[in-house]
Amino acid sequence: MTDVLPFTDGELAAIRGDFPILARTVRDGRPLVYLDSGATSHKPAPVLDAERAFYEQHNAAVHRGAHQLAEEATDDFEAARATVASFIGAPADEVVFTKNATEALNLVAYAFSNAAPTDDPKDERFVLGPGDEILVTEMEHHANLVPWQEVARRTGATLRWVPVDHDGALELSGLDDLLTERTKVFAFTHVSNVLGTVNPVTRLAERAHAVGALVVVDACQSVPHLAVDVRTLGADFIAFSGHKLYGPMGVGVLWGRAELLEVMPPFLTGGSMIELVTMERSTYAPAPQKFEAGVPNAAQAVGLAAAVRWVEALGIERIHAHEAALVDLLQRGLAERPWVRVVGPTVGTARGGAVAFVVDGVHAHDVGQVLDDAGVAVRVGHHCAWPLHRALGAPATTRASFAVHSTAAEVEALLTALDRVPVIFGLDTERQAS
Amino acid sequence: MDLYQELILEHSKRPHHAGLREPFDAEVHHINPTCGDEVTLRVGVSGTGSDAVVTDVSYQAQGCSISVASSSVLAEEVIGHPVAEALGTVEAMRTMLTSRGQVSGDETVIGDGVAFAGVARYPARVKCALLGWTAFTDALARAGVDISPSSSTSPQGVSS
Ligand SMILES: Cc1ncc(COP(=O)(O)O)c(C=O)c1O
Repeated sequence: MTDVLPFTDGELAAIRGDFPILARTVRDGRPLVYLDSGATSHKPAPVLDAERAFYEQHNAAVHRGAHQLAEEATDDFEAARATVASFIGAPADEVVFTKNATEALNLVAYAFSNAAPTDDPKDERFVLGPGDEILVTEMEHHANLVPWQEVARRTGATLRWVPVDHDGALELSGLDDLLTERTKVFAFTHVSNVLGTVNPVTRLAERAHAVGALVVVDACQSVPHLAVDVRTLGADFIAFSGHKLYGPMGVGVLWGRAELLEVMPPFLTGGSMIELVTMERSTYAPAPQKFEAGVPNAAQAVGLAAAVRWVEALGIERIHAHEAALVDLLQRGLAERPWVRVVGPTVGTARGGAVAFVVDGVHAHDVGQVLDDAGVAVRVGHHCAWPLHRALGAPATTRASFAVHSTAAEVEALLTALDRVPVIFGLDTERQAS
Repeated sequence: MDLYQELILEHSKRPHHAGLREPFDAEVHHINPTCGDEVTLRVGVSGTGSDAVVTDVSYQAQGCSISVASSSVLAEEVIGHPVAEALGTVEAMRTMLTSRGQVSGDETVIGDGVAFAGVARYPARVKCALLGWTAFTDALARAGVDISPSSSTSPQGVSS
């Protein structure tokens, strides 16, 4: 393993300088302490510049038209695909641009329901019916749960799930009963957006493949924070959103193994995804075009490629180490406050870039409001993981999530603001008594 | 913070008229899907037409201090009052909360509701403050009360 050096103060200042929004103030002139990158990341200037340059210099509908701008726009779009693909260790034609991770996951889910038995021959792996099972986990974001509930409803397949244990890890002791010959697909998150838990993707994928199930991984909270290489990951599909990876809103990625993309039925249909169209029926272009109906989000894809280059220049391993140090700092700070309960893995266990916690006796909305009053932006609520919160016995949590531009001073700012919570809400704590 | 007025904190710690009681004429369950706050609210009404009176409002609220306190103030302001007056109180509360801070609220109409004036400046919290009040109008409608004069009272959130 190569040594990963932490960012120097100078480097961190330069990184922060790349984000125009970090210069603004909130709530009566307070500096912005943005600890909500798990919801969406801010965008560094090179990303904004790339998107603008596309519109200013090459704007055209890609894969349509033979004029020079159309050629340039198409080249830019395809180059963006290659850049994003290489970032995750994939060949370019295994990357499909979508609107976001939600659409990418729906694309796969709909491939299963669109493969309902008809006269056409269908790849058996995508055909679901009564008796078949879909396996998910209790820690899924709604984006990787609701589409599967819908597929189950449409096809008659049964939805099952792996529960979460007290430490916020998947309870794998019963996996043999859940993952069986009946399981056609196992969909789970790489890193929990609430708990920060890092799931053992490779091991789980091996178990799933052993029973012939396809593996769909929600990589929203992993790709922006740790090195992901699809050649060793073991998944068959991964989905992530550009806007959490310093890229623009409106672009997401589905990666799928070429041989699977080839046999999968399309999700959205229309222009740009066809090969031949008659009044009666159509044939489809090869992947990835087959899954990109309509004029695509080329400017956003170009912006995402700029984001990826920006991340690669810093090094994803360094970004991960930087964020891990901040996660650790925050966990330790919270552990000193007995009135705070952190959910998810204990200090020292590998975690993604998020830390969610509960202040017993004070609702997360109120905690978030007090933090916001100090300029500290966090997320409160169920974070689109309502069943997980039910399992945790907490209707809502407060979540701080980090990015490359986060600092130790910002962790301190959060902790200082948090100390006002027991004061304002009259909690009976040692701290308050002292 | 001007948001957390002492009155709001008091109501949230010791919500008035809390709990679910019998008898009642309608029960509703409203959710704020963005944060998962929930309220189950029952309403009892006696009399009809202009003689109709709110005999009881009982509720079980699970949520932030703003939403719990708001249900408490609601119960306080409408129990024992004629339905027509209660609807006027709801309307006044709604007007204040959705005014983005332009309307400070009349204490003679909304009572402790004036403590929520600051909430109007936090758009993300307005729904919290309205949760119980919206549930109340919905419950009245289900109890057979004509709530039509205030057409702006379209139910927000999910009811069952
Ligand atoms: C783990 C996880 N999955 C899926 C999503 C959905 O992403 P998007 O809303 O960009 O489609 C998110 C973010 O909201 C997430 O954190």
